[in-house]
Amino acid sequence: MERNSSTGPAADPAPVGEADHVSKSFGETRALVDVSLEVRPGECHGLVGRNGAGKSTLVSLLTGLSRPDRGSIRLEGQPAPGLADRGAWLARAACVYQRSMVVPPLTVAENVFLNRPTGGNDTLVHWRAMRDRAHELMLDWGFDLDVDQEAGRLTVEQRQIVEIARALSIGARLLILDEPTAALEKAAVERLFEHVKRLRSGGVGVLYISHHLEEIYEICDRVTVLRDGELVLSGRVRDVPQANLVAAMVGTAPPKRATEIEAVEKTGAAGEKRLQVDHLNVLSRAGSVDGVSLVVRAGECVGLVGLDGSGSATVADAIVGLVKPRSGTVSINGAAPRPGKVDAAFRRGVGYVPQDRHARGFAPQLGVSENLTLTVFDRFARRFGIVSFGERDTIARGLVEKLQIVAQSLGQPVSSLSGGNQQKVVVGRALAPDPSVLVAVNPTVGVDVASKEALLDALGSARDQGVAILLVSDDFEDLRICTRLIVMVRGRIAVEFASPPWDRQRLISAVEGLEVAV
Amino acid sequence: MLALNFFRELTLVPVIIVLMIAGAIVNPVFFTSSNLINVAEGGSALGMVVVAETLILLTGKFDISLQGTFGLAALLGAWLIAPKASSGLGAELSPWLGLVIVLLVGLVVGTFNGFLVIKANFNAFIFTLAMSILLTGLQLGWLGGQTVYALPEVFIYIGAESWFGVPVSVWITVVTFAAAALFLRYHRVGRAMYAIGGNLEAARAAGIQVDRIRIGVFMVASILAAVGGLMQAGRVTAVTAGQGSNLIFGVFAAAVIGGVSLDGGRGRMVGALTGVILLSLVTNILTLSSISSTWIDAVDGAIILIALGLAKLIGTERA
Repeated sequence: MERNSSTGPAADPAPVGEADHVSKSFGETRALVDVSLEVRPGECHGLVGRNGAGKSTLVSLLTGLSRPDRGSIRLEGQPAPGLADRGAWLARAACVYQRSMVVPPLTVAENVFLNRPTGGNDTLVHWRAMRDRAHELMLDWGFDLDVDQEAGRLTVEQRQIVEIARALSIGARLLILDEPTAALEKAAVERLFEHVKRLRSGGVGVLYISHHLEEIYEICDRVTVLRDGELVLSGRVRDVPQANLVAAMVGTAPPKRATEIEAVEKTGAAGEKRLQVDHLNVLSRAGSVDGVSLVVRAGECVGLVGLDGSGSATVADAIVGLVKPRSGTVSINGAAPRPGKVDAAFRRGVGYVPQDRHARGFAPQLGVSENLTLTVFDRFARRFGIVSFGERDTIARGLVEKLQIVAQSLGQPVSSLSGGNQQKVVVGRALAPDPSVLVAVNPTVGVDVASKEALLDALGSARDQGVAILLVSDDFEDLRICTRLIVMVRGRIAVEFASPPWDRQRLISAVEGLEVAV
Repeated sequence: MLALNFFRELTLVPVIIVLMIAGAIVNPVFFTSSNLINVAEGGSALGMVVVAETLILLTGKFDISLQGTFGLAALLGAWLIAPKASSGLGAELSPWLGLVIVLLVGLVVGTFNGFLVIKANFNAFIFTLAMSILLTGLQLGWLGGQTVYALPEVFIYIGAESWFGVPVSVWITVVTFAAAALFLRYHRVGRAMYAIGGNLEAARAAGIQVDRIRIGVFMVASILAAVGGLMQAGRVTAVTAGQGSNLIFGVFAAAVIGGVSLDGGRGRMVGALTGVILLSLVTNILTLSSISSTWIDAVDGAIILIALGLAKLIGTERA
């Protein structure tokens, strides 16, 4: 993206947003340490960093949702208003979050002017003036949107426009876009970039947060990299080669695995095809999938790696039947279960470790034993479906031992277990029916180190016993049990990594959407 | 688009027309002005509570205890001013004071509900259900099941008198519906209520004082329910120990078949009004018909189900 340097700052106007040596801690966690950053009018400033690098904390400081422990925030050259003065913040800085902040039942115009006077009168809503002004605003900024439409019917892209228009109409000069393209299709991304360029030339300063580094190169003037709460790199985009950017994000890895991810060396050919996915197309809010094909054989553990919204989790959902694909097939052990039917997939021998254990993983008030055996009721149910508790507990005891679940008793409610043990119950439940295919989504998320080891060991031994495992994860620690990696970017398979060890940096580059040669 | 929105709220109109034709067939008395006024009068007290419940539903909460307020507020007012001979306290306070008491009970109950549901974050369903049982129980226990009667004229005025041949209660209900509709459409707080029910976090982020507005809505709603109770008392010139019992089911039915979403943020007063009209017509026609009174509840329920189905087909109902 070339930028005409003659439009650069003439009299060096005050930055629209500025963080001056800010630090912020939450308890023991140091979320930000002495970070300085400024967004000038007419500039698009990229902010990148891996999850947990401190991007969200910086955004919350810049939008007045929290206050820095040390350092200061300035907006348009003025000291930041107090936290209680929401109106003053909204008039200077706005953030378009990934989570939509539009009100579905209201019209576009109403959403733009939410809680603001529209006519001469402060308490009454002047409908015509509001519509006219919203329409004018859309024309001014080149947004093509009917202001009388109900916001609930808008696409993700259109909702973003509503939020951008709202921010602009309040007068915000600092606009923060938090991963705006995560849920957008290619054409919509192009249109968004057009809008950003227009905003820039209108004197708005944009802070652009994205995991997709190629976007930073396309749209941003400068880029700042955060890692573990610290600013590690800041400079003009054209002066920062991609390799440096990636290196700054990754940092120096722990000495033991300096550049490589150790994983099992799988010797000998893998077994027969257990899971086959052909040209899968899924439309999903959580990340669409576009023409994905893959095969997992017995005894293999294939790592499906991708960012949030890359579609990797959606592939898993489609395999187990939680979402119905638009087209394409999933076959398990040579036969295709009815698409979109979870019980059909399970009957074909699929085990499933869901992404969100609280939502789908277990029934919190039920006991350990009951949760572990939810998937195998029919095995110990006797005549007329009457459950034999003795047999149930025998099965459960085996799983408790295998996964080293720490619980006071088999009847202890799962809700009262630690996160690590809860997750072990979820994995145990998936392993209980001796699945031939296991689909696991982020199986070690949010658990302690010891539990993580236990979980990975259990999955590893299942793999060695011939289970075909598809491991969807963005945690590189998980990948040590994998025999092969597939990287997904924007719903497509970007690249495959055959056998370990894998180069950490190349893997990250691939995941972040940069071209890599394999 | 706007016109389309408007018509979406009027999906019940064809049903109402069909019902009116059915009414005329069932009994020629139906189309007399006195009967139609009767329908309106019968729906007016219900209508007040429907306005109240709709306001709360729009902000994404609900209040079951409106029926308790409907009974208890009128009862306390009546008890304080009625003579001992007609189950009153015997103090025979000024009837004007009685009216103030009625409104005050509404205000107190609404404030209590609002604070505990919004600020203390009690579940609205179970909390207001318990409140409803409590208020109805108080109403019954207070008088040991007696009826307070012989109420002064001022107290029963809005339920018993007419202006230009139309009962005062009907005037008040119609004006309340209109005022609420205009408020919701043209007042900032009215629009804020839709924003709160539609996306609470977005409303908060836009600087709307979501808690204050929601508590205020609870207060206003309970006062409206108390006025509804007063209408009912005036109409029968007495307050029974059972006034308000089971009223809330009709209230929810009217609001929901009128297109008000139980999830909040969606629905209009026009729709709720058509719901009230429909339910009042059904009650009236069933009374006029020769259906045995023991069957009326069953038929009533069936008709609400049919109306719900129709609303779903036409696409109003989203709850």
